[in-house]
Amino acid sequence: MKREEILYNLRKIFKDDVIEVVDRSPKRVYIEIKHESLVKISSYIFKDLKARFNTASGVDMRNHMEILYHFLIEDINLLISLRVKLQKPKLEIDSLVPVFEGANWIEREMHEILGINFKGHPDLKRLLLPDDWPDGVYPLRRDYKEWDKNAIRDRGV
Amino acid sequence: MAKTIVPIGPYHPLQEEPEFFMLTVEGEKVVDVDVRIGYNHRGIEKLSEMKSFDQSTFVIERICGICSTSHPFAYTRAVEDIIPIEVPERAKYIRTIIAEGERIHSHLLWLGLAGHFLGYNTVYMWVWKLREEILDVMEILTGNRNSYAMFKPGGIRRDIKSEDIPVVIKKMDSIVPTLEMLKKAIIDDPVIHARTKGIGIFSKEDAINYCALGPTARASGVARDVRKDSPYGAYDKVEWDMIVTYNGDVFDKLVVRVLEVFESIRIIKNCFLNLPGGEIDANIKDIPPGEGIGIIEAPRGECFHYVRSDGTNRPARHKVRAPTFMNLPTCKATVIGEYISDATIILAAIDPCYCCTERMTVCNNIKRKKIYNGKDLIRLSREKTEILRNKMGVK
Repeated sequence: MKREEILYNLRKIFKDDVIEVVDRSPKRVYIEIKHESLVKISSYIFKDLKARFNTASGVDMRNHMEILYHFLIEDINLLISLRVKLQKPKLEIDSLVPVFEGANWIEREMHEILGINFKGHPDLKRLLLPDDWPDGVYPLRRDYKEWDKNAIRDRGV
Repeated sequence: MAKTIVPIGPYHPLQEEPEFFMLTVEGEKVVDVDVRIGYNHRGIEKLSEMKSFDQSTFVIERICGICSTSHPFAYTRAVEDIIPIEVPERAKYIRTIIAEGERIHSHLLWLGLAGHFLGYNTVYMWVWKLREEILDVMEILTGNRNSYAMFKPGGIRRDIKSEDIPVVIKKMDSIVPTLEMLKKAIIDDPVIHARTKGIGIFSKEDAINYCALGPTARASGVARDVRKDSPYGAYDKVEWDMIVTYNGDVFDKLVVRVLEVFESIRIIKNCFLNLPGGEIDANIKDIPPGEGIGIIEAPRGECFHYVRSDGTNRPARHKVRAPTFMNLPTCKATVIGEYISDATIILAAIDPCYCCTERMTVCNNIKRKKIYNGKDLIRLSREKTEILRNKMGVK
């Protein structure tokens, strides 16, 4: 399938789920979607378009949380980034692990670092942070405050 | 039979870096595995948000001692994707040369370690001796054996001197016969066959499901290489082949890496032959608000960087995804059902990122200008042994 065909199909099949398509460059497309329809669009891209899941990146935008799911279609060199916006304080989205195993670790990472809950994830335990890290403290959030006064950390100096 | 839990790590003589594998075994068979990482978590993503775009390059370079080119490469490409800007041709070629040099030394490092894990230390010694030659080449080209500091958003920091090029090509040619000998010795070796063939098979379906990357995926028959799929640098301008094997066992991963070393040498030589002249830096002034993605093929697989800019001189968000992050979970598909004696090499077969120590050089301030070379170090170590002997009363 050609690039234009893929974008046309995505717009047509998911016309109620896609909010905005930003055609950045020949290799990059950013598609903003509704968060309820993440699983069906992702499984279409992963299974039908034979894309590879790169990773997901969560960004704290103060009022809302943004997650970008990056997929690379290797045959035509197109990187599709699905953008999902979650309104605070209800940070919850469906897990992609039932669709493909590759999303397992990155969802665990986002869970502990940004505090996003993934519904349907088989085992949402800690991955990077130590065991004595307190619950409800998320280091990559904008409102993160240092909780351990004794720890030596880089203070931006 | 009762289940037993065998912990490997987090601090274990076998591993160079802290990782914790919890193997559940029934007799000698592994029935379950759980991985715990995070002992080396340094918060680089957060740290990068506190540095300017230019300073971040140096922080990123220190994510890993082995992939010290891959991470800055992906990061600079992500920053260039924000603007967007094309780097000058000469910079593209030089970036490719440095990245391939890194691939050679990284693959050789793994090959040596694999020999070590199998208890075959001859391979380890031979391969690491050969790796030294590559590190010397990198020192000629960049001034450093590792952590080259060659990358900057928009181009490269230093040019390659034209008088160095024949020396480097000669050195590259001189390692090929040794490498050929090693290839034959390793690929035909009955011990390595016995220990790696049919062990830890990773199927093609699993490779797609786990989104495995790099040699781990290519050994399972998934033709996946960012250098071919999404060409960058000079990879679409010089000739080279992607190595793909189909069995998915440890032996095939080994073969992929050995053959890739030859391809890398080919790429480097082709790059030197076609090296264009001209500028090496696009001189980026300001980074506009926006977001960019940089993907490149590190020795272990695709390295992914996502950078968001809000118009200031610091990244608003910087996401780093190293290839091992995707490859490490595949141990669930490979190690279960195998014998515990094979578990070490299976877990090591994905080439988890080890940090390597540098050569010790004491560079002093102006007062005491003393730089130790290899002979001095040997003398120092002998002196120290002598002192220890006297202390302990050993003759």
